[in-house]
Amino acid sequence: MLSRVAERIYWTSRYLQRVESSARLVNVYTNLLMDLPKDINISWFNLVTLNNAEDEYETRYKIKDERNVVKFILADDTNPSSLLVSLSMVRENLRTTRDVMPENAWELINELTAFANQSIKDGGLNRGKRHEFLTQVINQCQLMQGYIASTLSHDEVWDMWCIGRHLECADMTTRILDAGANLLLAQDYKEKSHVPLVVWGNVLRSSGADHAYRRNVAASVKGTKVANFLIADPHFPRSVHYCINSMEDAVKRLPKGRKIMSLIQSLGITKESPEIINELDYQLSNYCNDLQLKLDQLHNIFTLNWFSVK
Amino acid sequence: MSINWKEYQANFFYDELINENGNPRLPAKRLAGYLQSLNQNELQRRQQLADTAIQDMGITFTVYTEEGNIDRSWPFDIIPRPISAKQWAVTADGLKQRLKALNLFIDDLYHDQKIIKDGIVPREIIENSANFRKECIGISPPHNVWAHICGTDLVRDGDGEFYVLEDNLRVPSGVSYMLENRSITKRVLPELFEQGNILPVSDYTNQLFNTLSDLAPHTDKPEIVILTPGIYNSAYFEHAFLAQQMGVELVEGSDLSVGKNGYVYMKTISGFEKVDVIYRRIDDLFLDPKVFNKDSVLGVPGLMKAWQSGKVAMANAPGAGVADDKVVYAYVPQIIKYYLGEDPIISNVETFLCSDKKQREYVIKNIAKLVIKPANESGGYGMLVGPHSTKKEQSEFIELIKKNPRNYVGQPTLSLSTAPTLVGADKLEPRHLDLRPFVLQGANSYVTTGGLTRVAMKKGSLVVNSSQGGGSKDTWIVDAEAK
Repeated sequence: MLSRVAERIYWTSRYLQRVESSARLVNVYTNLLMDLPKDINISWFNLVTLNNAEDEYETRYKIKDERNVVKFILADDTNPSSLLVSLSMVRENLRTTRDVMPENAWELINELTAFANQSIKDGGLNRGKRHEFLTQVINQCQLMQGYIASTLSHDEVWDMWCIGRHLECADMTTRILDAGANLLLAQDYKEKSHVPLVVWGNVLRSSGADHAYRRNVAASVKGTKVANFLIADPHFPRSVHYCINSMEDAVKRLPKGRKIMSLIQSLGITKESPEIINELDYQLSNYCNDLQLKLDQLHNIFTLNWFSVK
Repeated sequence: MSINWKEYQANFFYDELINENGNPRLPAKRLAGYLQSLNQNELQRRQQLADTAIQDMGITFTVYTEEGNIDRSWPFDIIPRPISAKQWAVTADGLKQRLKALNLFIDDLYHDQKIIKDGIVPREIIENSANFRKECIGISPPHNVWAHICGTDLVRDGDGEFYVLEDNLRVPSGVSYMLENRSITKRVLPELFEQGNILPVSDYTNQLFNTLSDLAPHTDKPEIVILTPGIYNSAYFEHAFLAQQMGVELVEGSDLSVGKNGYVYMKTISGFEKVDVIYRRIDDLFLDPKVFNKDSVLGVPGLMKAWQSGKVAMANAPGAGVADDKVVYAYVPQIIKYYLGEDPIISNVETFLCSDKKQREYVIKNIAKLVIKPANESGGYGMLVGPHSTKKEQSEFIELIKKNPRNYVGQPTLSLSTAPTLVGADKLEPRHLDLRPFVLQGANSYVTTGGLTRVAMKKGSLVVNSSQGGGSKDTWIVDAEAK
């Protein structure tokens, strides 16, 4: 596989994961607010903070309300991390890698792009239509993942695809966790004990993890348990631990992959059993921030090893 | 209400579907009958279906404009253009004959130039050719074939016969659209394919792959790549499509490099991998900045030397464009006779060379009824259609001709054939069209089953180029005799 193509496959996969994550986040957030008492002051702006996009937001909008935030995250084509922009990046990268991807992937992304643009024009961001719109986006992303997993040869292209997907997914899981913890730290909800339950339930739902958590951990939702599940569960495909292990496996299968294993291991994120979170305060925040930085370093290692052949 | 073919007026042109009495021609019989059975809402619905399919399939082409490059949806008309299999068989033979002769001609020009010494073709037209490459002199590419892939433009005149309008031997495009047009039509008019007498077109990519593989006879599994100028090229869609259909790598110049040993390598995640065959979709002058255009960032330094020493094969070979010249075109009948000792199966359109004093005078005198073409342009740029031009445009062209007579030819304005085309929501009107079949030559020869039909969507217009508002149709080779 060409280095240039490898890099584009990696990014296609990351962006597709990002599209799905954005759709899930907004969908879950919309539901979350319906379950919380009116006087709990949870701001839509958290969604912006979670992506470290405060600066980007503030150059475009004054008011931090639902309408602006939803537009910024989903539809703003000047925001480099919006859903529409990510979608167009998936399409643009696929357009230039059609030679290695299964034919229908191209058709699916064209359909999804056309659908998203049209739905947004038709008011798909409004509360009344938002759920339907986002669910459809999530389903289409899943369709594409399924299609690729079941028709693309599980060769180098697939390994590159896995690396991008798992890296992006691990990153997003830490962001969602961090956001959940911060949300509760900032609130005085002592009188209303159901609030943490609602928040952590929605954190799980953002990762599509509610069912897996119930089966594997407990029926009752507790902050530390949720955090540990999303970080350390060895079987759930969106847990940080699972993502990093899968990524490591893909790296090993790729040419020149073993060469960088020691570099990757030196980052200390591929341990057998990951850190256990006891407190949902700075310990979790630090863990998340630290991991995000290390994932960035990982990206640089990949670039040097595969994407920029000299 | 449905179509009444008796009311359809082809206005004295040869119509591909309907004869002068308002009856369908033999290969169009089932089609015309079927279209008649659809009411106009249904016709419109099918066209919308096609437009959606084109969007989903991402079939686009890029237009260069002053505001930058725009990706446009591929323009497609759902009414197919049927041709009888019997007539096509003869035409296909003619196309193979023509390319065979042209390849012998190119090979001769870069070796002994016998055809010039024998006085068949004048020396001046080679010496003044923009596409003659001195770097190719003495080189013998595999099978002595230079133009492996040729797009020949055919037109049907008032007499119902096909004529060759031009040969495209540099980097002809359009074949992906031919293939996609068929995919769309199968989705939109599936009922018509039930009978099974519409011959399939899908063999092309397989044939192309074999042609390219044959250029590297020393390996069983040659590494074949398509070299594209990149996403800003008008034919990028096609480059990606062909790479995908053939299962080969789509590369840009920066993905390739020439090693110290003179071989060509591509940069992969495992390091450098040797390349055996390059299907290049870049013009000669951008191939190698060491030899041609020094500023080219599209090409690969050292590529020409690798090709000259036989370390990599290229299709089409550099220098093949020398026969892709409207002046050389005028000599093709003699070229066929000279090398093959045969009469041309498909005729040329009568052509007046402005380099010849007598013919030039004729062209200038009759400019209002001729088509004037520059010798080395493609895409329909820089030409004058006499009957559709103003006095001012005509005198401008006369000045151009006088300044550079070698660069212009004149041809009579043909009465291009027409076919019913959906106009507005639900009306069928005749529109002019041409046909570009694709011809392959390597160890063997192959002609596409039909080709790409291009339609001038504007009433009365003869300009079919998609860059200038042309559309397209699916082309059916119909075995009308089949039971």
